[in-house]
Amino acid sequence: MQPDDPTPHVFPTARRPGELLFAMLFLGLSVLLLAQIGWQTTWLPGKGLAAQPRTWPFVGLAGMVLFGTLHLIATNRVRRTPGRWQEAMLWLRSLEFVAWYLVYVFSVPYLGYLPATLVFCLSLTWRCGYRSRVALFAAAGFGLGVVFFFRTLLSVKIPGGALYDALPAPLDIFFLTYF
Amino acid sequence: MDLLLASLDILARWDVVVALIIGSVGGVIVGAMPGVGAAVAIAILLPATFSLEPIVGLTALLGIYGSSMFGGAIPAILINTPGTPVNALTTYDGYPMTRRGEARRALSLAYSASFFGGVFSILCLMALAPVLASIAPMFGAREIFLAALLGIVLVILTHRGQILVAAMLVCLGIFLKTVGLEGTAYTQRYTFGQTWLASGIDLIVVVLGLFALSQAFLLLTQRDTTYELPPVRGKFLQGLTELFKYKRLATVGSSFGVLCGMIPGVGEFMSQFLSYSYAQKTSKTPELFGKGNPEGIVASEAANNSVPPAAMIPLLALGIPGEELTAMMLAVFYVHNVIPGPQLFRDQMDFVLALYIALLALNVLVILFLMSSTNILMQVMRIPSRFLGMMILTFSLIGVYSLRNSLTDCAIAAGFGVFGFILKRLELPTSPVILGIVLGGLMETKLRTAMVRVKSPFDFIDRPIAFILFSMIILAIALHIVTHLRNRAKDKSHA
Repeated sequence: MQPDDPTPHVFPTARRPGELLFAMLFLGLSVLLLAQIGWQTTWLPGKGLAAQPRTWPFVGLAGMVLFGTLHLIATNRVRRTPGRWQEAMLWLRSLEFVAWYLVYVFSVPYLGYLPATLVFCLSLTWRCGYRSRVALFAAAGFGLGVVFFFRTLLSVKIPGGALYDALPAPLDIFFLTYF
Repeated sequence: MDLLLASLDILARWDVVVALIIGSVGGVIVGAMPGVGAAVAIAILLPATFSLEPIVGLTALLGIYGSSMFGGAIPAILINTPGTPVNALTTYDGYPMTRRGEARRALSLAYSASFFGGVFSILCLMALAPVLASIAPMFGAREIFLAALLGIVLVILTHRGQILVAAMLVCLGIFLKTVGLEGTAYTQRYTFGQTWLASGIDLIVVVLGLFALSQAFLLLTQRDTTYELPPVRGKFLQGLTELFKYKRLATVGSSFGVLCGMIPGVGEFMSQFLSYSYAQKTSKTPELFGKGNPEGIVASEAANNSVPPAAMIPLLALGIPGEELTAMMLAVFYVHNVIPGPQLFRDQMDFVLALYIALLALNVLVILFLMSSTNILMQVMRIPSRFLGMMILTFSLIGVYSLRNSLTDCAIAAGFGVFGFILKRLELPTSPVILGIVLGGLMETKLRTAMVRVKSPFDFIDRPIAFILFSMIILAIALHIVTHLRNRAKDKSHA
């Protein structure tokens, strides 16, 4: 953004590297899905077009193919911006954090919400490079705060952890109810 | 008078007041964090409000929705980074003022203009309520279908330079809504024999993926940015008196906001663009725009902050959201068993008025909070971006998991998170997907209902409102084509 430029730029004016790749992938997936409309939807004999279960998936997919094709042509006509594969690698890099998130989600029923959140916050903070005592305390404090606010105060539905069963009798109920 | 008392009675509860304070203060904080925004916060908090009473949950989320743009002006003015995307134009004049050592004046003007825009819009909404209550029942299935279609057309056309992408993403949303068991003949659509797809793809899961998780992935893969915060000393009340000098600009800007908010699919970007252009054209010093002209801040902030209350008009009266935040608010209403539409105005006018009063109260609360706590609030901008990413990822578990304790939902949300991440990296819009899901589902149901009584295509538009809506669709497309051809001809003549 150029603060000295008096013209308002609310709307984007240029394309970014990787857009052609995205356009191709989007169109490919759309065509693949549209090709399966015959066996993934049903046509009911004697019913009008508006009442057919096939109509709206077709509207959506046909639009995706039509506008996807036009977008691909339009993108292809613009001068190529270098850096397509670096951009694609960055997309793949995001999968690491998908894995972090899914491991966190899958560990909750086993570890319990409080321990899983604390482990997640501390380890991801460490992974991001914040290794000072202040950062780790902040991460632990944040994790505790989240659990306390959502689980203890608002009683948000999160399953209790299997680990809590190993706690002695009065504590296990307490942890299952509040953490 | 009875109606007003009944509305105040709905709000006169300690938990509603607490929700209003948490929502409005929380919204300002979220708005002041570059890279978070109201959409992320509402997506995360929505499932957490399931256990609350409708008015409590709605007030909290409405608070976030209505106050985030106030907070978004702070980083826009101080560090040249808009807190929410709609504060983009505020950077143009706000940041140069900061560089001139006038940060406090710029912030104070932005708060005052936002406050004026918000209150102006709510007063318009209140004045329009009786009119809406009489018009809303005239909307049958075909009118709602056409209004939703108009919304889709406008959502696509307002994405200047990205019309094809917006169209294909709207279509993706329409397709996503059809996945699962359809409700009339009970046939499966695109389930690929998988039981987890039979119940369809939940809107909230998609919203959480596209807005919250994608933002977390984006922040986690970025390098940290350190901002140098300029000192901001003194009182902020001066802006309210200075705003009086720009009362014409503030009124016109707010009017653009109300108008653009009321039309589905138009929203904040268009309103502030129109308002800023108007301010520049009518200014005595147009050459100072973009160089720290206070008029630019007033035009931008009054326009963007008057949109949220006005956007509630099509949402509450017809159940039609105009942009992603109102689409999320629609989900909020449904979750809390409040069904927006003509019946809401007919049967629960006190509830509607209570929401308007809550919006008014939140504007007062927010400006008081900002005038007293800006210096403390500025500290949230110091949170490193990857730490913020970790925070959003932690919150997202609450959002997705607490919906129905489904690990599959979490995996689907993560998938949409990656998709949203790619869209954001490419600077492509994410909101058309959400609007496609909401409006596509509405259009399918309403078209099916409407076609039972329609014998010929002309029957579809033989009622006055249906005809007006149809004409608006044709006019919008025709205007766009004419403008496009004119611009092309202009480009050719310049070349």
